[in-house]
Amino acid sequence: MNSLAWLLLGLPLLSAAVIHLGLKRMQSISAIASTASAGATLLFAIILLFSKNDISVAFNWISIGGFEGIKIGLELDQLAKGMMLIVTGVGFLVHLFSLAYMKDDKAKARYFCGLSLFMFSMTGIVLASNFIMMFIFWELVGLSSYLLIGHWYEKDSAADAAKKAFLTNRIGDFGFMIGILMLWGIAGTFTFDGLAAGLAASSGYSLTFLGIATLCIFAGAMGKSAQAPLHVWLPDAMEGPTPVSALIHAATMVAAGVFMMARFYTSIGTEVIDALWGVHTIAWIGGITSLLAALMATQQDDIKKILAYSTLSQLGYMVMAVGLLNPEAGMFHLYTHAWFKALLFLGSGAVIYACHHEQNIWKMGGLKKTMPITFFTFGIGTLALCGFPFITSGFWSKEQILEVAWLSNKPLFIIAALVAFLTTFYMFRLFFIAFLGKSRSNHADHAKEVGPLMFVPLIILAVLALISGFSPVAGAIAPAYEALDFHIGAAFITSILAVVLGFLLAFKLYAKADEDPLADNKVAKVFRNKFYIDEAYAKVVGYGQDSVAALVHFFDELIIGGLIVGGFSRAAGGIGRLFGRLQSGNLQGYATLFGIGVLLVIYITVFVS
Amino acid sequence: MSIILILIPILAAIAILMGRKAKPIALGAATLNLILGLGSAFSFDHSVWGLTLQVLSKPSIHLSLGFYDGMSMIMVALSVLVLFAAVMSGKCPEGREKLWYSSILLIAAGAIGAFLSRDLFFFYAFHELALIPTFLMIGMLGSGERKEAAWKITIYLALGSIVLLAGLIWLVAASGSETWLFKDILASTIDPEVQKWIAALLIVGFGVLISLFPFHSWAAPAYASAPAPVAMLHAGVLKKFGLYGLIRLYPMVAEGMQVWLGTLIVLLLCNILWVGFVTINQKRLDMMLGNSSVMHMGYIFLAFAALIEAGSFEANPLAKPAAVLLMFAHGISIALLFMLTDTIRRKTGTVELAELGGLAKAAPRLAFLFGLGAMASIGLPGLANFSGEVLVFLSGFHSYEGGSLGPVQIATVLALWGVVISAVYMLRAFRQTFQGPSVSHTDENHVKDFGPFCQIPAAVLAVALLFVGLFPNSLINLLKPSDAPAPTEQATE
Repeated sequence: MNSLAWLLLGLPLLSAAVIHLGLKRMQSISAIASTASAGATLLFAIILLFSKNDISVAFNWISIGGFEGIKIGLELDQLAKGMMLIVTGVGFLVHLFSLAYMKDDKAKARYFCGLSLFMFSMTGIVLASNFIMMFIFWELVGLSSYLLIGHWYEKDSAADAAKKAFLTNRIGDFGFMIGILMLWGIAGTFTFDGLAAGLAASSGYSLTFLGIATLCIFAGAMGKSAQAPLHVWLPDAMEGPTPVSALIHAATMVAAGVFMMARFYTSIGTEVIDALWGVHTIAWIGGITSLLAALMATQQDDIKKILAYSTLSQLGYMVMAVGLLNPEAGMFHLYTHAWFKALLFLGSGAVIYACHHEQNIWKMGGLKKTMPITFFTFGIGTLALCGFPFITSGFWSKEQILEVAWLSNKPLFIIAALVAFLTTFYMFRLFFIAFLGKSRSNHADHAKEVGPLMFVPLIILAVLALISGFSPVAGAIAPAYEALDFHIGAAFITSILAVVLGFLLAFKLYAKADEDPLADNKVAKVFRNKFYIDEAYAKVVGYGQDSVAALVHFFDELIIGGLIVGGFSRAAGGIGRLFGRLQSGNLQGYATLFGIGVLLVIYITVFVS
Repeated sequence: MSIILILIPILAAIAILMGRKAKPIALGAATLNLILGLGSAFSFDHSVWGLTLQVLSKPSIHLSLGFYDGMSMIMVALSVLVLFAAVMSGKCPEGREKLWYSSILLIAAGAIGAFLSRDLFFFYAFHELALIPTFLMIGMLGSGERKEAAWKITIYLALGSIVLLAGLIWLVAASGSETWLFKDILASTIDPEVQKWIAALLIVGFGVLISLFPFHSWAAPAYASAPAPVAMLHAGVLKKFGLYGLIRLYPMVAEGMQVWLGTLIVLLLCNILWVGFVTINQKRLDMMLGNSSVMHMGYIFLAFAALIEAGSFEANPLAKPAAVLLMFAHGISIALLFMLTDTIRRKTGTVELAELGGLAKAAPRLAFLFGLGAMASIGLPGLANFSGEVLVFLSGFHSYEGGSLGPVQIATVLALWGVVISAVYMLRAFRQTFQGPSVSHTDENHVKDFGPFCQIPAAVLAVALLFVGLFPNSLINLLKPSDAPAPTEQATE
């Protein structure tokens, strides 16, 4: 079993390396190699899921006497095994889908190399036994995300989006590293399984500083899981190929922040966290993100952007649940969300593919007739995301989050219910405009249903979007699951009401619309422009960072380069002029003299002393 | 026998100056040195590799060569790697082969000599030897404002060297050691009151050579106008001389250094943050790299500050491995980047960021290697620099217990922001150079990608970055046990 665990990590890396070093020219073989490796890891993940033992193995990465050392260790407990199934499951389906979607891309080998690199890095995060290892793979998923967002790097927009994603994540990782360092100082260990014991054995730390450490670690999650105010990179990341958006920017990598926090909270114990300074802001950050993103989603016209904001909003849900000290609820929603959001993104990929890379929903319409399988599966995904009662997986996980909020924080419950309403509204807006009605462009008119390589993953995901929330299924394969004690209470009634209202409003406004009736609305305009947050950041970076840089550069040249050093130079130049003849104006002579001079000085000084 | 590593480049340089075929000899010497240098550092029996000859009796100076400890081995490994890449990749101007190749070889010989010297006098003298061809090459074969840059670096480093020399002489005198051998000097002690002033001279003297703020402004223009092999060798190897010296001599002035801890922290933060911002504002690839190399010295100084705070190598076992690992990693990565920048200049005719774009399409291998170097330099895990950086940060928090942050911890936190800054300027430069639509002089009609042969020097450096990134223990194990010098043979009188 141990070697199987290493293969889980090693196989995708091998695939990436082989493609990069050897198979670049052989595009199709590269694609198949990468897909085969993803299929094999899915198989391993399933085998490991049903093996009883928790596995833990390690290799010494850095060892220094007097220091606990840094290990690359694999920790396969239920949390990791369940998460592995999500990563390899969605991963394999996305590979399959990509075989068709990227069929004609000139750089297919590079694309699949990136996918394999991503699978490797994500596996590392999931299996990490300690914080440093998690950070290592955390950065590596950042790299693979950067490479895949920038797959079409000749496009300015793609190159900029890739850079933005990397840099925004770096800001989060700045905090993450500080948090890891502080926690190491406090608990004396990086390892997850030693954390609680290390903390118990440690004395003299303050709850305030452990609270700050926790918030710093959370900053890492804010970057990766795109929580406000670090959310701006995720919508731009839609510049990458759509299957990448499904895998990395919807189902797995962006959920890594939630996974990491769940790992951290369960290792240290939620009761320890509860006593710390400032940690309750985490739930609020999640709640605010989910609301802001849902509002922005209501007015987007690009099908991928709508889904991207919806991802932000759902990630906010998960973070809120973790912040309310219920990581199980957060992880459960992560798990159901992974399936149905991957489904929605791949469905949008099918639509985009069929409509010749048209992404504007107002130029689609009537796809119900031309693309029935996509229409049907996308519909299931929409229902799951809205949390349609009882028959969809999204309902069960969302219900748990609402229940948690209802019990511990009423204002956040109101926000969560409002988000549920908005979610149904914007998803049915998308659904009505893109799939129903009549087609509004040539491309939509001539759209054809996609081939089996693309629709089979859709069907599998649609099945999972329905059944994965039921307790027998979830109990067996979810990373963390507590059977919900379901009852018809305030939380349930509110959420049903929210879904129904959202649907009715969407129906009234968009069921028959050919253009957005809210186009001239002032408030809607603010939503459409994402509250102008991106513009504000661009100004801060443009005027703030760059002018500081210019100013510092100016002072650097003026004072340090000019006055201080210039003084030296002039003095030296003056001396030089005294010896003007000797120096004969050229540097060669000077350097020779310098050499002789230095040797002479050394010799005399040493000799005389 | 380690004298061979110095003699090979020197003899090759002499042969070239006497009119033998320059490039084959230089390449042969560099290759031989690469094999012998890596072999001797990683596998050979070190006791056979020593040599000690007394050259002066009063003061007692020895030509004592050999690996003093693991740090010397790692620095020699760095030197031979960069020397090989520098010789192989550099494009010599027509008719200047003699000067070009002999200078490169002499710079490397000086650096290797300094790292192999077990005697303080030769440690210093070898470095001076390496500086002379450096100045010459910048002044005579440099580009742009070469005269001005050459003057600046010459004056700066000459003044720094003199301050350093004063510090070293005082150090030996105060220690009461009978010889200039490291082992004798390090075995003696110095009165703390005197230590303080010697430490100051060492910080300033070595600091100038390492481009410690505010003595940094020589570096970027010098590297920008230097011929690429010289920039590679100086920024990659020779600059580490100062750091090597500080760490080597640190036990002698451990108490004295503590007086300057606060000052040093401020200066190193200026290296990271101030120079970091200066780097963001650069408009040329070569100036950007030059400044970034100044900036990254701050991280090595941070490990040094953690060492000073702890008071000894044992009290903070992470500091020395952190510094040495990062010295090696930075040396390789900056050499790689300077080399590829020169390639870009030759292929497109410019290094102005505004005039570049979309180069990845015409030259994907070049883009990959440059990207690897850039990612290494911003601390991507899996590449050497990260293993060094993470140890630097850990060494900064080694004494943290859970209360308020101490000065070194605060410095570490601020230095971490530098990791964001380096990502900003590196990714911006990569974006400007390789991504986006291509322009007329960067498209496929004008630019040819690396051939397999031209790729070798870059690949050698890239493999070194990857290897040390994946297996940092390969270098760290050389540093164990932390202070014990490698066995030396008896001095022959």
